[in-house]
Amino acid sequence: MPSGPAVDCRDLSVTYGAVTAVDGVSFQVAPGEVLALLGPNGAGKTSTVETLEGYLAPTGGSVRVLGLDPRADHRALMPRIGVMLQKGGLYPTLGPARILRLFARYFDDPADPAALLADAGLAGVARTPFRRLSGGEQQRLSLALALVGRPEVLFLDEPTAGVDPEGRLAVRRLIGELRDRGVAVLLTTHELPEAAKLADRILIVDHGRVVAAGTLAELTAGEDPAVRFGAPPGLDRAGLATALGIDPASVTEPEPGRYRLADPGTPARLAALTAWLADRDLALADLQVGGRTLEEVYLAVTHTSGGEL
Amino acid sequence: MRRFRAQAAAEIGMTLRRGESLLLTLGIPVLLLVFFSEVHVLPTGTPEPITFLAPGILALALMGTALVNLSIATGFERGYGVLKRLGATPLGRPALLGAKLAAVLAVELLQAAVLVPVALLLGWHPTAAGALAGVGAALLATAGFGGIGLLLAGTLRAEVNLAAANGLWLVLLLVSGMLVPLAKLPGWLADAARALPAAALTEALHGALGLRTAVPLWSWLVLAAWALAAPLAAALTFSWEDRRS
Repeated sequence: MPSGPAVDCRDLSVTYGAVTAVDGVSFQVAPGEVLALLGPNGAGKTSTVETLEGYLAPTGGSVRVLGLDPRADHRALMPRIGVMLQKGGLYPTLGPARILRLFARYFDDPADPAALLADAGLAGVARTPFRRLSGGEQQRLSLALALVGRPEVLFLDEPTAGVDPEGRLAVRRLIGELRDRGVAVLLTTHELPEAAKLADRILIVDHGRVVAAGTLAELTAGEDPAVRFGAPPGLDRAGLATALGIDPASVTEPEPGRYRLADPGTPARLAALTAWLADRDLALADLQVGGRTLEEVYLAVTHTSGGEL
Repeated sequence: MRRFRAQAAAEIGMTLRRGESLLLTLGIPVLLLVFFSEVHVLPTGTPEPITFLAPGILALALMGTALVNLSIATGFERGYGVLKRLGATPLGRPALLGAKLAAVLAVELLQAAVLVPVALLLGWHPTAAGALAGVGAALLATAGFGGIGLLLAGTLRAEVNLAAANGLWLVLLLVSGMLVPLAKLPGWLADAARALPAAALTEALHGALGLRTAVPLWSWLVLAAWALAAPLAAALTFSWEDRRS
């Protein structure tokens, strides 16, 4: 097996008529790595993935998957990749068991359809027509179908959209197992927590461009240490600052019930904070110490005027 | 070959389980055949209506399968994104098209197995000598109708295609000599009808199976032209994904 990247996307641009969907995107995904394309709807995530899957021709730049051109080498590539499209796309009258068995026959060395059915939690609805499955069940079947060919590269477009919390856990566990087996996974999501939980590396895209890239730690690191917590809205911020012995201007309430202390958050300071809250019998939630949250990074880079945070 | 077989089995299974398509491919042809052979209201110009009706109803049944049924099913698969999803598997277009053709031929065989005995029971006396020419005309017509069906399915939205395919079926039923002889149509309409595959197939089956003495040359030419042109037009215009839905 060649040691190069599983996915190699260089200076990719995709235009539809006058609309530029992807504008100079470059990244690589290594075997055994999970990369998330994170961005708002219309950022160009799906166009990027569908170019790598061979559905779209690049307007500029080049894409290679396992060293192959997704369009020119389509026949050679298809047996080696797994695809989960954003919109369903399965025979509405067939049940999960039948669809899985059919797709398994497309491949030379497929995974066991019955095992996939059980892994996806679909054994109880094995014969229910696709159109009568719940949204989460349809998503899980789509994921199982992406795996039936034992892919080396997996493309998942919004894999957890419409999936209930239990299903999300299952998807996360599955992606972890695939990574451990050396599968390269490229997924898209517009949900920050999913990107943070699923991916080794995150590419934030907006308006067709990569606006930030790195691991979660790299993205959230910064010279801007802060303590963040949730508490009832409208706290006496000046009183809190006095109790903590810090500048009143450094205590802010970016949104009702969310507080930010521009402070490194030493243990002593945190003890004083919790004591102050305890004296007033106030609930504390989501206490966080350190650099920026992914949400702050995301909002800062996807909104040019996002300086309010 | 394994992929083709698996897909063909799935396509045949889905086709035979679609109730509304069985109505079109078997129910309506049997009903029309029995009704109009017993109720002598059509200007068939033959002593026994069945002599005229049987080849026409066989042509009608074939058109329901190769044009309407194929078109509607393919149109919805395109609309639902099934065709797009299959594009990201090793199945490949030749195996998918081959499987769809196999399903069409399987249903046509089933139709013949039902309609021919019913027609024989109703007193039809076909000439066996023309069977080979009849099969040849049926294969050409299958290619032509299938091409028209895929042309519609690959360019129209699924719901519009559903209406268009059914509407086309009704129009072709009326101006094809299937129920009403071409001679009963106004001259200009009969001339226009002769350029279409429905009339060409009906005339060919009449020629091969008894009412006439041979398949007229124009039937062969029209059938061959549609068998080449319609699939080519479909191949050139087919979009595998309906980005409007």
